[in-house]
Amino acid sequence: MELVVASAVGVLTAGGVYLILRLRAFPVILGLALLSYAVNVFLFATGRLAINAPPVLQKYGEATYTDPLPQALVLTAIVISFGMTAVLVMIALGAFIEAGDDQINMTETDEDEPAGKDAAA
Amino acid sequence: MSHWIIAPVVLPALLAPLIAFVMRHDITLARAASFAGTLALVAIAVGLTVLAGDGGTHVYALGDWPAPFGIVLVLDRLSAMMVLLTAVLALIVQTHAAATGWDARGRHFHALFQFQLMGICGAFLTGDAFNLFVFFEVLLIASYGLMIHGGGKVRLQAGLQYVVMNLAGSTLFLFALGTIYATTGTLNIADLAVKVREIPVDDAALIRVAAMLLMIVFAIKAALFPIQFWLPATYANAPAPVAALFAIMTKVGAYAILRIHTVVFGPDVPATAGLPGTWLFPAAVATLAIGAVGVLGARRLMPMIAFSVVASMGTLMLAVAAFTPWATTAALYYLIHSTFAGAALFLMADLVVSRRPEGDRLSTAPATVQNGLFAALFFAGALAMAGMPPLSGFLGKLMILDALRDPSLIVAGWTAILAGSLLIIVGLARAGSILFWKSTAVAAHRPPEDDCEDPVRPEIRPAGPLEVAPTMAAIAALALLSIFAGPVTDYLEAASVQLFQPDDYIAAVLGPQKGE
Repeated sequence: MELVVASAVGVLTAGGVYLILRLRAFPVILGLALLSYAVNVFLFATGRLAINAPPVLQKYGEATYTDPLPQALVLTAIVISFGMTAVLVMIALGAFIEAGDDQINMTETDEDEPAGKDAAA
Repeated sequence: MSHWIIAPVVLPALLAPLIAFVMRHDITLARAASFAGTLALVAIAVGLTVLAGDGGTHVYALGDWPAPFGIVLVLDRLSAMMVLLTAVLALIVQTHAAATGWDARGRHFHALFQFQLMGICGAFLTGDAFNLFVFFEVLLIASYGLMIHGGGKVRLQAGLQYVVMNLAGSTLFLFALGTIYATTGTLNIADLAVKVREIPVDDAALIRVAAMLLMIVFAIKAALFPIQFWLPATYANAPAPVAALFAIMTKVGAYAILRIHTVVFGPDVPATAGLPGTWLFPAAVATLAIGAVGVLGARRLMPMIAFSVVASMGTLMLAVAAFTPWATTAALYYLIHSTFAGAALFLMADLVVSRRPEGDRLSTAPATVQNGLFAALFFAGALAMAGMPPLSGFLGKLMILDALRDPSLIVAGWTAILAGSLLIIVGLARAGSILFWKSTAVAAHRPPEDDCEDPVRPEIRPAGPLEVAPTMAAIAALALLSIFAGPVTDYLEAASVQLFQPDDYIAAVLGPQKGE
């Protein structure tokens, strides 16, 4: 159980790190998604892995329960990373439509496009 | 328990959706509402600063859940000061954005602006590490919108980089929080302070990893070496008023390091003894060097100012890295100063750049209207940023130099600050003479009919008093900071003494018995 969860986190993180080092927006977004899956599983495991245990105390004195707090944290983290990924996709689409390609790195704009140009217009 | 403590979070949180849904077709109404909101925020922040001035640590338990179980907001001198700084800066920036018409160039500027304020104020007030993450996300998601406000190819590409960088940072933040929770079983900052102090040195490996992960996350926000590279591209391509507001965003990172790495992983904690300072100090020296060289090497005005912000963060973190009360006092004074100095330069740059046909490129071009006024504003802003008297940068750097007298810090610290200041002075002086001085000579040689070659060029409008006022207000704030350096330093010293006595903080949050 521990081995499976730990290697899942590790593989997801490794894949995510590899992908966010790519040069194009699409693999980078996928990489960030993988990283957020990895961190969600990781957060879930921080409350220790307990199988078939409810996240509440069953009876007084009977302490077989799984920690409910990481579950709440994961829920928050999932919602936030989901929203963030949506925003990222929109910005990436905007950049793709404006620039014509989805390169992440910016070309040197010193000569052709001063930043104040749109401000002056 | 004063309910006003949560007002800096609730007020923008209520106002922002109202502006977004009800007033989205009426920019005048949105401006009025947003301006009133920010004005109210300033008033609340002043009230909170007075409240915190009594020296107590005021705790607001959300939903009245007791501390380690529920989320708490904590108001002490440090957080009150940061909220006040945010509110005043927001007022200045917002006036500029409305006066220059930046807010009408895209949609939902004011709604995003209020969400941004909500996130920043929340990050300063919260007493819970996971809640800090949530407020970081709130301020980040609003900053993504503000960053790409107005659109344009370069801005969207820079915005994409900024978002990717910060999403990776958020993931790291969650990993750090997960590690901390797995080790200590709590995320409340006061409770963490108790639990981390109980960890024996032999079992400290995990918590040390978590402390350093957290530091990396905050260092991304504070633009510290080696993760400072996102800042120049972002600030240089963001709308100028937004870049001016972002001057406080780097300070959120600095504040978080100050809060977490003194209260939880402070110098007196055996498990992480001295670990933050050891890494922070060289990083700060490198950041300062990169910023100073960047100022010297920049070929455009906006990246140059962005690099000067990087250099000021390096200077600030040098003082933070010492982790002593006096160095923290100096750091806080410099923090206020560099916020206003960065904002003044960005706002000034916006006034000039929008009137130059050359944009922000540092090349000789005919002088624009009001060359003298803009030159004076740039001169004042540059004096402040470089740390020359009479503005507050000089006092701030002097205090930092004084605080870095420790034999292990003095050589690297003093060299970095003094050499860095020299490079920044040279860089800013060069930019100023190209932009404002040489340009008058060019105009004299060029006959006026040259203008006819470019008939589409719009009439250049001189800046009205309302457009110049925010820049002047920022510079006036620097002058006031210099004049009232005595009382301000007294307050900041009390704030840093309070910060370095975590027992009071713990007792206020968890109840007196735990604070022993």
